[in-house]
Amino acid sequence: MLDFWKNALRDLGKVGVAYIIITVGAWLVFMILIPQLIMFDYSFRPMLALRDIGGPKDIWTLKNYIVFFTNKLHMAIFFKTIWSSLIVTSVALAICYPIAFYLAKVARGATIGLLMLGLIIPYWINELLRLFAWQIILADSGILNTLLIFLKIIADPLNFRAGNSAVILGMTYAYILFMVFPLYNVMESLDRNQLDAARDLGASWLRIHRRIIIPHAKPGIAVGCTMTFMLAAGTVAAPQLLGSPSSFWFTQVINTNFECANWNQGAAYATVLMLLCLIFMFILLKIFKVGLKELTQ
Amino acid sequence: MGQDVEIVDVSMRFGDLYAVRNINVHIEAGEFFSFLGPSGCGKTTLLRLVSGFMDPTKGQIKIDGKDMIGIGSNNRPTAMIFQNLALFPLMTVTENIGFGLEVRSVPKAKRIKKVEELIELVDLHSAGNRKVSELSGGQMQRVAIARALAVNPAVLLLDEPLSALDLKLRHHMRAELRNIQRRTGVTFIYITHDQTEALTMSDRVGVMSIGELEQVTTPDAIYNNPATAFVASFVGESNRLQGTISSIDGEYAVLNTATGQFSCKNPQRLSQGENATIFIRPETVFMTKESNAPNLLTCGIQNLSFEGAYAVVTLKTEQGQLLTMRLNNDGTATRIKAGENVKVTFNRKNAFLLKNGDSSNA
Repeated sequence: MLDFWKNALRDLGKVGVAYIIITVGAWLVFMILIPQLIMFDYSFRPMLALRDIGGPKDIWTLKNYIVFFTNKLHMAIFFKTIWSSLIVTSVALAICYPIAFYLAKVARGATIGLLMLGLIIPYWINELLRLFAWQIILADSGILNTLLIFLKIIADPLNFRAGNSAVILGMTYAYILFMVFPLYNVMESLDRNQLDAARDLGASWLRIHRRIIIPHAKPGIAVGCTMTFMLAAGTVAAPQLLGSPSSFWFTQVINTNFECANWNQGAAYATVLMLLCLIFMFILLKIFKVGLKELTQ
Repeated sequence: MGQDVEIVDVSMRFGDLYAVRNINVHIEAGEFFSFLGPSGCGKTTLLRLVSGFMDPTKGQIKIDGKDMIGIGSNNRPTAMIFQNLALFPLMTVTENIGFGLEVRSVPKAKRIKKVEELIELVDLHSAGNRKVSELSGGQMQRVAIARALAVNPAVLLLDEPLSALDLKLRHHMRAELRNIQRRTGVTFIYITHDQTEALTMSDRVGVMSIGELEQVTTPDAIYNNPATAFVASFVGESNRLQGTISSIDGEYAVLNTATGQFSCKNPQRLSQGENATIFIRPETVFMTKESNAPNLLTCGIQNLSFEGAYAVVTLKTEQGQLLTMRLNNDGTATRIKAGENVKVTFNRKNAFLLKNGDSSNA
């Protein structure tokens, strides 16, 4: 650690080191630490009228959390959110693994550039607009229904937007990049000769994936799944735009709390969601036997 | 046991470029065969064609008489040792060696027994449970050999596997590889740009220039009877004298050069009037006192460097032609000094006349 600072001083000078410490420190403290602490503090206080804040009623309490754990509906929505986010994550993984493998180890030269461009271009458009596009595609008289009716696969339009399928679909589409790139990065670093060597020793493609590629790609899989899961569990736009009014997501519950000025209740719910994401991340790290250090590589 | 490999009229083209062209060679069962050539001569491509990572644009590859075209590398009786070894870094030594057996669903007890035998064969005692990354260069080498041998290949393909090792270890591994080859009887096809490796280990050597096979024969014949100018310049050192053939005398010919007239072997049966080059090995040049000896050159000694077992003498003829002479450490070298004039000669049996070829990359 001491060497680290010595090297930094030598390479960057006193001003450089000071600049980095101050900027990074300010970002950490003001953008992450303080807002989170304020949220945390809010979540343990009751909702009070302005004149009572700081008064005798302003005490720390678990009331907001108790409300959550005793509200059956909110608990159900919470678990549905976990379940749906898991589905989004699995579907994204299933779609992105072959894409990433193709990009990293099969495609050559200009093909890679074109495919990358194809993956990135949709992200030049704002997330909300992309979700609106899905609304149009999935609407009762939308493109998909029209096509299916035209092909005589169905007689009457399907209501894709009842239930959660539209939300899951939209989210998977929205977060594919966050899955593809971590996977692509790790697969890229795999020595091609190892694939040849395994093949040469008689391994089938299935076994090569199971024994060589997936073990190598574990950190990337863990990163991709963590990011996708967190994004899916934490977004309010996709359920708002694509979900049916009868099927609420947990983020919408949090949002409603803040909108109805019960910030304390909302803060408690947000804290619960954050804990969930952290737990999910550590479970993934455990499953894939990846260290925190490898995760950031 | 080893099987024979026939490479029949094989060409491999990438776009407009031929990586290998019209290669014909029959490698015997149980032979240690080396392809020797400069980097970029297509030897690795040839090896990958034999292993089945790709199929040739033209021609046939037969192993044990069976046509291998269209058969993938996982179904050929070959195993390859890669230049960078390509060990599986997330597996232990035992898992690496046993991988081919695991793939073949060999029962665990049998697998463990076989792996133990191989660990014994390649001298890797007590390293079995270690991670590959914890091994030394030489140990990794042994793991790669054992992993390839585990699947009982009839033909082992080696792509410059020793190039990453330091000199001493390389010497040791050469002997070891030769030893393993003799003990197992597997056909070895070895690729290298290092002539010493090829000459010391192989039963036969095939010398390759850009995409083409120049000569296939035993190591000593490669050195003593090179068939082309490329082989003569790529393998070993040579003095070269260029000129025009003035007369033919049976298997010998006389060449007119700027330095004088010299008689030497004419293995390519070149005829009078052709332009050619004489190749003379430095160790076949010797000093003489006779002033009417054949192939006589009068030179000044430019430089003399004593290297222990021998001394290398740089000579310059009156016409300005530079020559190298190698003297054994028998006391001769101590009697001469730089700046002196000496008469040197060479036996016409030890010099060979070869057609000027494209030896620019040798």
